[in-house]
Amino acid sequence: MTRDEAFLQFLLRMGDNTLILGHRVSEWCGHAPVLEEDIALANTALDLIGQTQMWLGLAGEIDGGKSADDLAFLRDAWDFRNVLLVEVPNGDFGRTLMRQFLFDAWHSIMLGRLMTSSDARIAGIAAKASKEVTYHLERSGDTVVGLGDGTEESHARMQAALEYLWPYVGEMFVNDDVDAEMAKAGIAPNPADLRDEYDALIGHVLAEATLTLPESRFAHKGGRDGRMHTEHLGHLLTQMQWLQRAYPGATW
Amino acid sequence: MYAQMVKTAGKGLKTREDMSDQERAFQDKIDADIKIEPKDWMPDDYRATLIRQIGQHAHSEIVGQLPEGNWITRAPTLERKAILLAKVQDEAGHGLYLYCAAETLGVSRDELTQMLLDGRMKYSSIFNYPTLNWADIGAVGWLVDGAAIMNQVPLQRTSYGPYSRAMIRICKEESFHQRQGYDAIRKMAEGTPEQRRMAQDALNRFWFPSLMMFGPSDKESVHSAQSMAWKIKINSNDELRQKFVDQTVPQAEYLGLTVPDPDLKWNEDRGHYDFSEPDWPEFFDVLKGNGPCNTERLAARNKAWDDGKWVRDGLLAHGRKKRARNLAAE
Repeated sequence: MTRDEAFLQFLLRMGDNTLILGHRVSEWCGHAPVLEEDIALANTALDLIGQTQMWLGLAGEIDGGKSADDLAFLRDAWDFRNVLLVEVPNGDFGRTLMRQFLFDAWHSIMLGRLMTSSDARIAGIAAKASKEVTYHLERSGDTVVGLGDGTEESHARMQAALEYLWPYVGEMFVNDDVDAEMAKAGIAPNPADLRDEYDALIGHVLAEATLTLPESRFAHKGGRDGRMHTEHLGHLLTQMQWLQRAYPGATW
Repeated sequence: MYAQMVKTAGKGLKTREDMSDQERAFQDKIDADIKIEPKDWMPDDYRATLIRQIGQHAHSEIVGQLPEGNWITRAPTLERKAILLAKVQDEAGHGLYLYCAAETLGVSRDELTQMLLDGRMKYSSIFNYPTLNWADIGAVGWLVDGAAIMNQVPLQRTSYGPYSRAMIRICKEESFHQRQGYDAIRKMAEGTPEQRRMAQDALNRFWFPSLMMFGPSDKESVHSAQSMAWKIKINSNDELRQKFVDQTVPQAEYLGLTVPDPDLKWNEDRGHYDFSEPDWPEFFDVLKGNGPCNTERLAARNKAWDDGKWVRDGLLAHGRKKRARNLAAE
């Protein structure tokens, strides 16, 4: 794998994570438990879509002058490089916020490292995104604590959400050739190196939330290398890409 | 404006002689353009009417998220998706300001929400129409926000301080939405034949429902005189409707789209467009709950509220525990 190929894969991983999660979060629009949550979820989705424009914009430049929209709307599922965690369906509000928290914690640590990337473009995007993600993490963490340490029902739902999502966490910390190439160039850290910090961060929050971390470290994989996504991604893309696919060549 | 057919409380306009001293002093303040603030004395009917009007407006912002949310996951570009998300987020924010304004009148957000959910309070009839193609999102911004602005701009001068201040903030964002909506539909009108067809189809379906947003004709408008004397209604329904038509028809012509009204024509003598009345029986049907989407809209809001109960309860319970722990630590 050449440096350029690895760099493109890395950018797709970053951009596809924010694209797919932004899409999932946007599905809540108008259906949240309370008005403040409608606003916060829309705001989170908006931030993630904005970050997608930056990551996929840069990816498209490298990939033969494509646009971020070309990459978002005209690739098939096997070319997507997001972790499986972000494509699982929303479930109830508890699962959505738990997924957000588990992702935000990784995202904030990752962006923190990327701010010192040897590639100035990456450092620039990370600096901008990091401000938003710090807030996302604060909010999702607070909500996980509030609901975990709330009523018996909210506690049970959050524990169930954590157990459902936990097997999707490990994929964020798997190293492969792309990561090795990026780490060698000082562009991005090896994901496995983020794990201790991650465990400490979520351990602290989940303890405050009175939730129990599952013991198993089993991890579903296949999203960030595109080997095997979940069945859910195809349905998501069917909806997201429909207009672009049905009316090729139109500008919107 | 997202409030229609707001029934003014009371028995109609009183003459100065019929007013009590307090009522006269209140009316004098309004006539002198002095704002009424939450702690000031106000007639019960003024308070009740404002609660209905502001509540209906707030509910409209909330229900209004649904027809637009219907397209967020299908927005054709990242930029359009971001614009639409930002707009819907603004609308939820408008709902929040308005509920806060209503709370200053002594009614809680939860009480108002309950009245929306069980059908005792209404929201604008426009949100009971479906959004069927992407150009509808442009049409909603252009026509629906456009019609809303017509009514909201004068309401920035309304007599009730918190309502007036909410309107000032809301108007800034609404005019931005309208420009974005026009830009989105312009792109379609200038696009491929299929996109033009979508744009025309959107205008065909949203034209008359947009005219209905101003409420029934002045002849049928109930108790308007009292609301106007209180300056919680500034212009008559027909005045605003005319103004909207006069402003919008040239915009449609610029897009090369046809307003779906064969009788629409410029009247040189009046200096206004003549146009057909909307189908009023349809309007009253929609208000009664028989619009194309009334059932879905209300069901969606009820489901969100019911499904969210455990979340609200959980967060409240956590808040109580935290306060108790803080007290114990002191």
